[in-house]
Amino acid sequence: MKLKKFRILLTLMAGLVLTACGEVVDEESITAVGSSALQPLVEAAGEQYSAENLGKFINVQGGGSGTGLSQIAADAVDIGNSDIFAEENTGIDASKLKDHRVAVVGITPIVTPGTGVTNVTLEELQGIFTGEITNWKELGGIDLPITVLNRSSGSGTRATFEKWVLGDDLKSVVSQEQESSGTVRQIVANTPGTISYVAFSYVNDDVEALSINGVEPTDKNVSTNEWIIWSYEHMYTNGEPTGLTKDFLDYMLSQEVQGGLIEALGYIPITKMQVERDFEGNTIPAENP
Amino acid sequence: MKAKRLEGVMQGVFLFSALISVLSIILIIIFMFAGGVPFMMEYGIVDFLFGDRWSPSNTPSSFGILPMILGSIFVTIGAVVIGVPIGILTAVFMAEFCPPKLYKILKPATNLMAAIPSIVYGFFALQLIVPIMRNFSGGTGMNMLTAMILLGIMILPTVIGLSESSLRSVPRSYYTGSMALGATHERTVMKVIMPAAKSGIISSVILGVGRAIGETMAVVLIAGNQPIIPQSITSGVRTLTTNIVLEMAYAAGEHREALIATGVVLFVFILMINGLFMMIKRKESKA
Repeated sequence: MKLKKFRILLTLMAGLVLTACGEVVDEESITAVGSSALQPLVEAAGEQYSAENLGKFINVQGGGSGTGLSQIAADAVDIGNSDIFAEENTGIDASKLKDHRVAVVGITPIVTPGTGVTNVTLEELQGIFTGEITNWKELGGIDLPITVLNRSSGSGTRATFEKWVLGDDLKSVVSQEQESSGTVRQIVANTPGTISYVAFSYVNDDVEALSINGVEPTDKNVSTNEWIIWSYEHMYTNGEPTGLTKDFLDYMLSQEVQGGLIEALGYIPITKMQVERDFEGNTIPAENP
Repeated sequence: MKAKRLEGVMQGVFLFSALISVLSIILIIIFMFAGGVPFMMEYGIVDFLFGDRWSPSNTPSSFGILPMILGSIFVTIGAVVIGVPIGILTAVFMAEFCPPKLYKILKPATNLMAAIPSIVYGFFALQLIVPIMRNFSGGTGMNMLTAMILLGIMILPTVIGLSESSLRSVPRSYYTGSMALGATHERTVMKVIMPAAKSGIISSVILGVGRAIGETMAVVLIAGNQPIIPQSITSGVRTLTTNIVLEMAYAAGEHREALIATGVVLFVFILMINGLFMMIKRKESKA
């Protein structure tokens, strides 16, 4: 009796395996690894791409920009996602890597509403993050101590913010740290006098974004480089991309993604940028219309 | 014949199950030490353990974890000071004084406390304890005291559960003997039952310590996470576990190795705590 059941089961299983084999046609997949800031976009684009191109899969993993760059430099993955230029990462050989910039992310300082300060100069912002300015009244606001909240060491958002605000020489004060933008926003919203920074897409009514030198943090000001705290979202390939990798990267730059998905997810389309900036900060007018 | 074969097969299945847990702990040990120890050697064990500067993105970077070691120890001591007296007294109440009707509510409640995910405790503390602490001590309200109170609450179910069962396992003759000698119920509980259950209660405290030192997700939300040696009970603190979870997502190369090495230190702490626990258990079974 038992044996009979077992045999039936076996036959069924064999049938299943054989049918499955028959249905497999041209399955192909690539893997993209790296930046957690870019991950939601590549995941969404990958799903959309797979839905339109049956049998083609885009595996997306996080791990951070550093991981993305080291993995692509080692040729262990097909695409390495990064918030920073490969040239800025000292540990890898960037010469073979090909840069594909798919989007831009603007980063803005945010404060708890009610400090009485909505605009600061870049020098004042430096003063806050280096610990020289410790009370909002020094900036014309109410008498309330300033609490600095940083992202944790190694975060791409923090790296971008420090690069453009503090530069190479200044160091941030030892401060509170949190590991995700969502938590940062919640703490800033709830704790009077706190300042931190997040990508534009995280700004909501619970927090107040600061203007710097009178320039507001908007997509438009990023596209003209008037707002300087922004970074490219890079997708690096090892050498020229081919096959599915090339096809997917083209898809990332297509109107479908640039005009739809990217803005829906709060990134700035690369096609809207009016300037191009290299890793040393030099800018030239962009080739895009 | 057939039954015998089945017996043999099943024995294998049981053995295999038992081996999996042993195997995984061995693999964890190998992975941790292979990943962390080379870094410690290279960086210098003394510099790593007793360095008071943690700044991985500076050039040159420094990886001193003394602030985190002290942070973990301070927070755990605070949690024990707050949680253990409450926990033990609750256990005594539940075992000896509690009316059965109340017990029917109290017991499931403490069991439920153990089942609540730690991130939920974290949110609870962020919404409730942090604002209270902000009014009380100023600043952001995310400090060592907040973490101590939260962890004090989180170790309660461990302390209560184990203490209660060890109080209940004291032979009833101790109780009746003491009562027969004229002692009151209260006196019997405090002077006879509790001393008899001493080793079980101490083990519950040690397991509570293990829970407090290993807690991560709740602490990361409310401790402030500054990598500095805390100057007072109201300054922010970073523990060994939160150091790992804060930076693992972004770490690469040496930084990553330093975090794995942090894990090794944490692992050694847990080994010591469990060793202590086993020592006390052994003593108990001998007595």
